[in-house]
Amino acid sequence: MSEAIKEHPDLIREYLGSVVPVTDNYFSALNSAVFSDGSFCFIPKGVRCPMELSTYFRINAANTGQFERTLIVAEEGSYVSYLEGCTAPMRDENQLHAAVVELIALAGARIKYSTVQNWYPGDKEGKGGIYNFVTKRGKALGKNSKISWTQVETGSAITWKYPSCILQGDNSVGEFYSVALTNNYQQADTGTKMIHIGKNTKSTVVSKGISAGHGQNTYRGMVKILKGATGARNYTQCDSLLIGDKCGAHTFPYIDVRNSSAIMEHEASTSKIGEDQIFYLRQRGLSAEDAVSMIVNGFCKEVFKELPMEFAVEATRLLGISLEGSVG
Amino acid sequence: MKKGTALLEVKGLRVAVQGNEILKGIDLTLRDGEVHAIMGPNGSGKSTLAQVLAGHPSYTVLAGTATYDGKDLLDMKPEERARAGVFLAFQYPVEIRGITNSYFLRSALNALRRERGEPELDPIDFLQVLEAKLKAIGWDDSMMNRPVNEGFSGGEKKRNEILQLAVLEPRLAILDETDSGLDIDALKTVAETVNKLRSPNRSFLIVTHYQRLLNYITPDVVHVLADGRIVKAGGPELAHELEAKGYDWLRDAAMVS
Repeated sequence: MSEAIKEHPDLIREYLGSVVPVTDNYFSALNSAVFSDGSFCFIPKGVRCPMELSTYFRINAANTGQFERTLIVAEEGSYVSYLEGCTAPMRDENQLHAAVVELIALAGARIKYSTVQNWYPGDKEGKGGIYNFVTKRGKALGKNSKISWTQVETGSAITWKYPSCILQGDNSVGEFYSVALTNNYQQADTGTKMIHIGKNTKSTVVSKGISAGHGQNTYRGMVKILKGATGARNYTQCDSLLIGDKCGAHTFPYIDVRNSSAIMEHEASTSKIGEDQIFYLRQRGLSAEDAVSMIVNGFCKEVFKELPMEFAVEATRLLGISLEGSVG
Repeated sequence: MKKGTALLEVKGLRVAVQGNEILKGIDLTLRDGEVHAIMGPNGSGKSTLAQVLAGHPSYTVLAGTATYDGKDLLDMKPEERARAGVFLAFQYPVEIRGITNSYFLRSALNALRRERGEPELDPIDFLQVLEAKLKAIGWDDSMMNRPVNEGFSGGEKKRNEILQLAVLEPRLAILDETDSGLDIDALKTVAETVNKLRSPNRSFLIVTHYQRLLNYITPDVVHVLADGRIVKAGGPELAHELEAKGYDWLRDAAMVS
């Protein structure tokens, strides 16, 4: 990012802060004030990025905050798939991660953004861990553009994160696929905002929350259909899975429709992993932990299939590790 | 047919669920290669016996022993029993969302293979094993890529249990009311498959309410369970007698004894 500011100041000036303004919220203001680096991707007109761009974030220093900035601009008809992975070592003190991610898709451009977040979640008693307060937003600016968020959130003590799409161009598409797992004393409050502005805009939201231990999982989402968004469509599916009897799942869907031609669908379910399900798998020779892991992975399948292959394999393993010790 | 060594020996088994005593002293000896049927009216404890032998955590053993292949069966975890060759075909198979039958079955088979010190099968090797099994029992692979039991009809779920039995090749197969909910054609198919799977190294404990399954699978011994006790045991002819007379005369006998 710092290199881009020197080499391509025009592009940075045009797009930086155009999706997430400095005044958006407390943490975006903090990030905008102090960020020193991050990543910038510019995909010129008609270019299809031939490889998945992969980034890895790590917070090492104790008692610290990390404030990176990401800006991705996809010009007309281009395509990019961008992956980010996050880890941090164990610390007794909390650390702060307050990033801002902005995506801009011009006409016919497609951006696929995948995250596997495994920041240190704190110990079994909830001591330590990362506060993950991230602002992520994409603007589908041009006609027929598409922005797709996929996230697997297993880490952090507290996560507040709502990767969103502003569907400004006609026929633009926004997607949000999410798996959030909380174990021990973790809290995840995550979801998305889909703002439909252009005509025939379409959005899909699939959220899977898994709570174990004393973990609390919240889906908080907004679908807003503005007046001019004739023919807008949204499909939201929001499923919660509970493991044990001390965890919680919460769902807050906000729907605001100002155009009567819109078609909205919202499906939600909450289920508990049953003793009978676990017994069935154990009777076939799987350990109790493998049984839970299999049930959870099946539950997340609709999201995992959106991930690039290597990430999907990682995510499957990560869920297994994160759930260790959650069945008695 | 009293040959072979005892594979399963149950003595004085008393079992409760939520404080209610369901099994009130069961004695049962099943030898290698034998097929035993457990019959009895609803609520007699048939399914409890099947579940407790497989290790369902809801059941509490009050007294008695169950020895399987020289080991204390009741001391083993459900997965340890499975890996030692105990298989339960469930009366109500559960659904596992998002997991294909094929993946599930391969994971189960690999868990058994690890136990035996054999290498695990990758998806391609497994497909070959599976195809050979399907061919041997004359079934197609239409169920393999569907999620485990999800959206299956009652009959498909029961067939799926038998398919798992065929692939996992247990030494002791317990069939818990596998015949219930099957139409006559499906019943025949399942029975024929079970007959193909009979072998000197495999014993069956078939729990059933009706005699009709035993028209196709001839058991070595028929036990009649009433009010938590085995009140009568006999050869295959006992099943026919029950079909004709019902269970009441035996229940009365149990009360007297």
